[in-house]
Amino acid sequence: MKAFTFERAVSPDAAAAAARGLDRKFIAGGTNLLDLMKLGVETPAHVIDVNRTGMDEIETTPHGGLRIGALVRNADLAADPRVRRDFAVLARALLSGASPQLRNRATTAGNLLQRTRCYYFTDTTKPCNKRQPGAGCAALHGFNRIHAILGTSETCIATHPSDMAVAMRLLDATVEVIAPDGLRRDIPIAEFHRLPGDRADAETTLQPGELIVAVRLPPPLAGMHLYRKVRDRASYAFALVSLAAVIEVEAGRIRAARLAFGGVAPKPWRVEAAEHLLTGTDGGPAARKAAADAVLAQARGHGDNDFKIPLLRRVLDAAVLQALRS
Amino acid sequence: MPPDQHQTGLDRRSVLATGAAGLVVPPRAAPAPAASPSASAEETVPVQFVVNARDVALRLDPRVTLLDALREHLRLTGTKKGCDHGQCGACTVIVNGRRINSCLTLAVMHDGDSIITIEGLGRPDGLHVMQAAFVEHDGYQCGYCTPGQICSAVAMLEEVGRNMPSHVTDDLNGPVVVSDEEIRERMSGNICRCAGYPNIVAAIRAAGGLPA
Repeated sequence: MKAFTFERAVSPDAAAAAARGLDRKFIAGGTNLLDLMKLGVETPAHVIDVNRTGMDEIETTPHGGLRIGALVRNADLAADPRVRRDFAVLARALLSGASPQLRNRATTAGNLLQRTRCYYFTDTTKPCNKRQPGAGCAALHGFNRIHAILGTSETCIATHPSDMAVAMRLLDATVEVIAPDGLRRDIPIAEFHRLPGDRADAETTLQPGELIVAVRLPPPLAGMHLYRKVRDRASYAFALVSLAAVIEVEAGRIRAARLAFGGVAPKPWRVEAAEHLLTGTDGGPAARKAAADAVLAQARGHGDNDFKIPLLRRVLDAAVLQALRS
Repeated sequence: MPPDQHQTGLDRRSVLATGAAGLVVPPRAAPAPAASPSASAEETVPVQFVVNARDVALRLDPRVTLLDALREHLRLTGTKKGCDHGQCGACTVIVNGRRINSCLTLAVMHDGDSIITIEGLGRPDGLHVMQAAFVEHDGYQCGYCTPGQICSAVAMLEEVGRNMPSHVTDDLNGPVVVSDEEIRERMSGNICRCAGYPNIVAAIRAAGGLPA
């Protein structure tokens, strides 16, 4: 691991102010960052420990939503009674990710900033535009079974690995950040993660030195909350395809539906047009096919991952049928 | 390894630490526990924590993981390094009552924390109930994952006691009902390369007072 200097920040403002300058990284859970530092993928010169800056409360907002501190651990967020009762899709997504040990450390903000599990990204002997802009993409014509079918470019076909972020996208969360100069701003989750385009290294719209302080959720959504995750093992594995869904059924018809997919794109993937195609229908085969067609309109396999296209259809079918049965 | 000690004056740890030469020449003295072997003073960071009810103060290169601090600086080698990337769970320890992967956290991030390792759970003459259950149910083969499995299992039962849900919990709002399926899901962060899983589940069930 490359040597770095280390400091413990005592407040969010102090942490953000300390991030002014090059090659600085915040560390909270560290479960992803430290792993990548050992591999030589992340090489910060200065590491700012934010674990003692507060930011670890879950507050109910005046409108009935939640404000989740950046440092709330994934295990605590999933176990919170309000999250279990009113935002079950988030609890389910969190519980499907990683292991209990990792969820005890991993934070809300860090989970949003997880980096891809692309094998070529973590292997510093292989070309990767995300690691080294302009180097090329070894995944495009390499082993790409776990890679994206949507939102890719010739530069990068990596997926975003988070389950939590998929549920956050479905819930229309807002990310609160603070800059080194103390300015605070909100970023809607839909605008938080970037598509690679020709800059695969720029994964979010965070500006240099900006620190996430909280994530806000709007009031709860009615309907069945579910998170369906297809993976290579029954537990402790990243999604091949996952689906966060909140589906409200009334008298056998779908009154409202929200869908966000994981494991298929460089960011949590939500297609509002597909939701509209399900709304007001009986959720039968024709409606489900129309919705899946809308999600997959621009889908493109890269060989090993072609299976994700039919798999996504089956995951969507299963989720809608589960909601209709309930 | 008492029998080996009688014959050679060495224990298994000394042989492993010094290699075959240790069998014919006396093993070198262990370094002072609190010393930082290589880093110079200006590169090191002070950290104090409590390990197994003992106050510890170290100056560490910030790159030292909690796992390496325990094993290499404090000589608590019960905690094992498996993958060193958070994929196997062999390094599981309990920090402030919560199980974590000690390989994926820097020691200097734990100033003021309370850490329990396998050495702090029980003693050879006074096993923790979970350790006794692993012996009783043959919950290990090679034993390399066992310290992590046991620390994980102890913390897991406490999580169940606090009604924390898991991926296989059907009703997120009701009381958690422990089943073999729940134990397996909740222990999925601890890989056993010998595949001793059925006996591990049986040991945890017994230690938790759960019906067989």
